[in-house]
Amino acid sequence: MISYLVRRLGQAVLLLLIVSMVGFAILYLAPGGPLSQFAAGTDMSQEDLDRIAEQLGLNRPLPVQYAEWLLRMLTGDWGRSYRDGEPVLYVIGSHLGATLQLMLTATLLAIMIGCWIGILGAIRRYSIFDTLATVGAMVALSIPTFWFGLVAIYVFSVELEWLPSGNRETVGDGSLLDLLRHLILPASVLALVETAIWSRFMRSSMLDVVNQDYIRTARAKGLPEWQVLAGHAMRNAALPMITVVGLQLPTLLGGALVTETVFTWPGMGRLFLDSISYRDYPVVMGILMFSATMVLVGSLLADMLYAVADPRIRLG
Amino acid sequence: MTAAPVLQVEDLSVRFRTRGGEIAAVSGVSFAVRPGETLAVVGESGSGKSVTSLALMRLLPPGAAVTVTGRVGLRGKDGRMLDVLTLPEPEMRGVRGDAIAMVFQEPMTSLNPVKPVGEQIAEAIRLHRGLDRRAATEEVVRLLDLVGIPAPRQRLASYPHHLSGGMRQRVMIAMALSCEPAVLIADEPTTALDVTIQAQILDLLRRLQERTGMAVVFITHNLGVVAEIADRVMVMYGGRVVEQADVRPLFARPLMPYTVGLLRSVPRLDLAGRRAGPLPAIPGNVPDPLHMPEGCGFHPRCGDHVAGLCDARLPELESAGEARLVRCVRWRELTP
Amino acid sequence: MSAAAPAAAPTAGLRVLERFRRHRLAMFGAVTIATLTLACFLGPFLLPFDDTYIDIMQRFAAPFGGAHILGTDELGRDMLARILMGGRVSLLVGFVAMAIGMAVGILVGAVAGYYGGLVGTALMRFVDAVLCFPAIFLLLALAALVEPGLTSITLLIAATAWMDVARIVEGQIRSLRERDFAVAAEVLGATDRYIILRELVPNAVAPIVVAATLNVARAILLESYVSFLGYGIQPPVPSWGNMLNNAQIYLTSAPWLAILPGIAITLAVTSFNFLGDGLRDALDPRMDGR
Repeated sequence: MISYLVRRLGQAVLLLLIVSMVGFAILYLAPGGPLSQFAAGTDMSQEDLDRIAEQLGLNRPLPVQYAEWLLRMLTGDWGRSYRDGEPVLYVIGSHLGATLQLMLTATLLAIMIGCWIGILGAIRRYSIFDTLATVGAMVALSIPTFWFGLVAIYVFSVELEWLPSGNRETVGDGSLLDLLRHLILPASVLALVETAIWSRFMRSSMLDVVNQDYIRTARAKGLPEWQVLAGHAMRNAALPMITVVGLQLPTLLGGALVTETVFTWPGMGRLFLDSISYRDYPVVMGILMFSATMVLVGSLLADMLYAVADPRIRLG
Repeated sequence: MTAAPVLQVEDLSVRFRTRGGEIAAVSGVSFAVRPGETLAVVGESGSGKSVTSLALMRLLPPGAAVTVTGRVGLRGKDGRMLDVLTLPEPEMRGVRGDAIAMVFQEPMTSLNPVKPVGEQIAEAIRLHRGLDRRAATEEVVRLLDLVGIPAPRQRLASYPHHLSGGMRQRVMIAMALSCEPAVLIADEPTTALDVTIQAQILDLLRRLQERTGMAVVFITHNLGVVAEIADRVMVMYGGRVVEQADVRPLFARPLMPYTVGLLRSVPRLDLAGRRAGPLPAIPGNVPDPLHMPEGCGFHPRCGDHVAGLCDARLPELESAGEARLVRCVRWRELTP
Repeated sequence: MSAAAPAAAPTAGLRVLERFRRHRLAMFGAVTIATLTLACFLGPFLLPFDDTYIDIMQRFAAPFGGAHILGTDELGRDMLARILMGGRVSLLVGFVAMAIGMAVGILVGAVAGYYGGLVGTALMRFVDAVLCFPAIFLLLALAALVEPGLTSITLLIAATAWMDVARIVEGQIRSLRERDFAVAAEVLGATDRYIILRELVPNAVAPIVVAATLNVARAILLESYVSFLGYGIQPPVPSWGNMLNNAQIYLTSAPWLAILPGIAITLAVTSFNFLGDGLRDALDPRMDGR
């Protein structure tokens, strides 16, 4: 168990290192490279830029520069935003809450709905429900999230006028109900793809389990079917789903970015797009690195949680 | 053998509908088992013996793809004979694991890997005997002790993968015996185990049977095990009973050529060294259930088959002496 | 073996075809893709309206109400013509990005899988690392660095869509090369490249075909995302994604501007996903018994 966790942690650290190299490479591809933050907006002469390059050590070999950059990243110095001069990590941090709120709500919705669809589909395999769920999930995975968002706004905000079409709250209101009303649409839109993913994984996990010998043993004890399913099948099928939390993180983050754009949700994805249009490279690179790290750490945590939760992986 | 049977099976047939056509997995099987008696059901894989056992528990997958006909009478705990095949499902659930219980072949996969074994045994006790959690736990400890698991109280929280194969099978047996069933079905319970462990488990089953007086239906392909544990033997081939007899007469004088072949392929200690060459195996393979041969199902593999006779029509299961049945048109001429 | 192969091959092939034909969703996908492709590449020649023709008098004409079957946009351009022309771009980007991604993925996977060792490990860890970046984030960050255009967007999408193929090929080849026939070829003195191309890659074809189909779906979807966000295909060249770019503004007055291109994207992507799913079932030899 301990050795597995240590090994898994080691892999993650190595991967993080490679991720940072990819990030550093992209940073160097940026127009003007790391120097661009001095070139943009200010009227510096080429001599000035050369002098700064000298000072920043940009004329030194790349590995040295990478090592220094990495060291700065590790100590939390991710540079400053061009737009308002705030530290990048601070800028990201101030937008993270809205994104996490959206992602968490959508994931909870997706787990609650998707897992049930998957379980019912597996129990009634090849039934009309199962077929519809399978086709529905595939269509849901094919719908562009932003378009679904637009349609949802059109139906629920424009036509029915039930829900607000964007933003996190009505300025000056601040009640919980107002927050919830703003949350429903974007969270549901983001949850669509997530629900499809969860239902597919849950269905196949459940199908794996219901044909196992121990399910027959449970039936042979005379347990009622619901107890066989709830106490033995669903319990066992739900365990590997812990790792799905990690698996679908990239999709979730990407979906959040698009959803935030459509619903003018003041989160990280929205910040990312704004920063791109302002050519605010430090923030763009910061968010890129931050999201990759989030994916990596997320799947690491999911794997470790699974290892702790599954009694079979005690000795691995 | 005067007691009335606790399990009486009459003309049991099981058919599966598959994409390739209909398969008669079990055809017209009849037998009875009395309290304290052990019936061994013998046959190669595909002979229908496991399907028979699942049909007795009514554990075959429900739905249109499976048809079960015939009659399975089971003595309930109140002494009433129950008709297992027509019992409403809620009542059947009350019988399953209570009046009739089952031990499966694979102790590795037949226990839920993520539930402590104590909890898995307690489930049936709480369900059928209505004990509360604490009383059920005490009962589990007693059962684990009964099946010979050392330090039973410490084992309650163990997961199946903590236990060896033999220990897991003991857990399975404890689970099956937890409600003192009148009939225990053991589907190849020792096949997956080492020979020494095999002997221990057989010994355990025999002791427990003596103690509780339950009837045992023991499914196996191993005639060595049969000699050790059975009172009566039923040989199955291609979904049909081909021979039925008490264990001694069967071993002394098998009538059906298939049984003869099975017995010849058993290694015998008393003949060790005297016989040269490998054990004679029955030539050929188990027939494809979709294309059962005409006439006697065994004739393509039978050394004594006569063209025009054995492949013409299915032989009757006829009486061949006291408590003895055989399905072969030539048994009289073949047996000295 | 040489005598049996020609006899066995057509029956196996027929079985695959038969399974595929039985898969109604896959058939739906195949037919829809064929129809969409034909319509997009031939349709514009048959239409009375050019997709760039601006008719100020006919702005925001509703669908199914006049000469313009699917209505017009904010500049009075015919929506059907725009959707068909946009479809050309979107489908083209999808196919080409898939092809490039496949080529890169197969190459990386084959090299990593065949040589294994340090090279293989390094390549595959690189694949893992790239997979950590959410595709849209990576795509947008890269798109912000380059001049947006048809070629650059296609290349960028390909750059975010080769990793899964690399993984598939690497896994297949690593397991295949341990089997006898690769060893036999090595003994016979075949060159590395010969072994990879002639012996190993054909065995990995089934999962690659499936991944390729699903990757077209992914590429079309990704193109629509970046174009919608303004960093993909730039107007006046229409694509399904950038047609939606302005649609949000007119959502109240002209909802069809948003709804129609979205349906086109969903239809195309769903079709490729159905097709990929059907191919997976059809090419899976384990499905023979069913």
